[in-house]
Amino acid sequence: MTSLSSPPRPGSSPLFPAPRPSEGPITLLLGTRKGAFLLRSDAARQSWELSDPLYLGSIIDHFVLDPGDGRTLLMAASTGHLGPTVFRSADAGATWKEAERPPAFRKAAEGEKGRSVERVFSLSPGHRAEEGVWYAGSTPPGLFRSEDGGNTWSEVSGFNDHPMRDAWVGAEQEAPPGGATLHSIHVDPRDPAHLYIGVSCGGVFESTDGGASWQPLNAGSEALFIPTPGVEPDYGHDPHCLAVHPLLPDRLYQQNHCGIYRMDREEGRWTRIGENMPAEVGDIGFPVVLHPRDPDTAWVFPMDGTDVWPRTSPGGRPAVYVTQNAGETWRRQDAGLPEKNAWFTVYRQAMTADAHHPVGLYFGTTGGEVWGSRDGGESWECLAGHLPQVYSVRTAQLRP
Amino acid sequence: MTIHIPTHLQAYTGRAGEFAAEGDTLAAALADLDRRFPGFRFRIIDEQDAIRRHIKLFVNCEQVRTLAVPLQAGDQVHIIAALSGG
Repeated sequence: MTSLSSPPRPGSSPLFPAPRPSEGPITLLLGTRKGAFLLRSDAARQSWELSDPLYLGSIIDHFVLDPGDGRTLLMAASTGHLGPTVFRSADAGATWKEAERPPAFRKAAEGEKGRSVERVFSLSPGHRAEEGVWYAGSTPPGLFRSEDGGNTWSEVSGFNDHPMRDAWVGAEQEAPPGGATLHSIHVDPRDPAHLYIGVSCGGVFESTDGGASWQPLNAGSEALFIPTPGVEPDYGHDPHCLAVHPLLPDRLYQQNHCGIYRMDREEGRWTRIGENMPAEVGDIGFPVVLHPRDPDTAWVFPMDGTDVWPRTSPGGRPAVYVTQNAGETWRRQDAGLPEKNAWFTVYRQAMTADAHHPVGLYFGTTGGEVWGSRDGGESWECLAGHLPQVYSVRTAQLRP
Repeated sequence: MTIHIPTHLQAYTGRAGEFAAEGDTLAAALADLDRRFPGFRFRIIDEQDAIRRHIKLFVNCEQVRTLAVPLQAGDQVHIIAALSGG
């Protein structure tokens, strides 16, 4: 349990107003199995224009803007043949360079089995007060930090060399879909030393000392694939996506392999809020997306987790589900989406929101389409198609 | 010796497909190339000095599995991007 005090809820009093919504054109940063793309809107978010590909043929697992400067863009890249790297732009995408020292594990001592980064999977800007700081998560699970805008990276050895690391996340070097990935990294906006990470498989972990030490944070979340009846495991869970609300940082959500969960830190346990989803849809999926100003509103994109786990839209009828009361109830949002025979999946980093009013929501599919909503998910339209499999969708307001 | 570069890595070499490199081992020759084309080596050799899974290295048409293999003037080194799926 963190000792930090929770701020008042945004908008709860005139002294603590909710932040103003953003305005203007949105750029969607698309990472795909075959390169990166930018999908730019007009100010009304009504018309969209797709860029030419960047790094065509590279696997782009994540493509992220530093919102602090509006100019630094990082791309997590690899190819089928070549090892992983990070491409970076310091001028809002006008020019690109490769990181001088991409994320890498330390060289193993003689007789020790070393690890190597197979994919840089997730990129996250650091705390607003720490200019130039970024974090990266890898496959196999590793945590890395840059202090120069993503140009050179060092291990967060407090996690990577933690005595429990292999027990927590597995010792074997594997890659998705069967392996382990450090996919979610969150910095508490109140304290740059307070970090949360999500590892699939492994669980949610927390550090309150800048990554020097870590503790599992999995109480209450289920791990049905760990056969320990009557005993709640401390780790080994499978969060698919972890989200922390920026305005209420003691409110956490996760889309897990075993359902949708919320944690309020004063309670200290995850509560399965997905049991309130329709039974025929279930509460399995990859992403969870939070409203930028309302900690009680979250969106998920359910997938079929029955039988042999097809991981497609349940019944071939894709839909977003929204809760506006922190998971007590859920409502289907499918207007404009295919009504049947649509068997795509939305990956964990391929759904996001902007900060406009009404909130814009966006997701990319395994079928190479990008869908958007200008009204908080009430209606949807296809913004782009015929793309490679979409791995990542993030919003940006670039300041060239 | 001459190092032959696959298309996958020619973004580093200004699209050139072969280079004369210096060094008395394969490790030294790759280090020489990496000095000229920073980042090149890590794309094919991991942080444990292992050749990446879908990269094959040949010296005078013989596959090698270690960077310690000695090289001499006139040797031909091929870097091959092997099968990796679509």
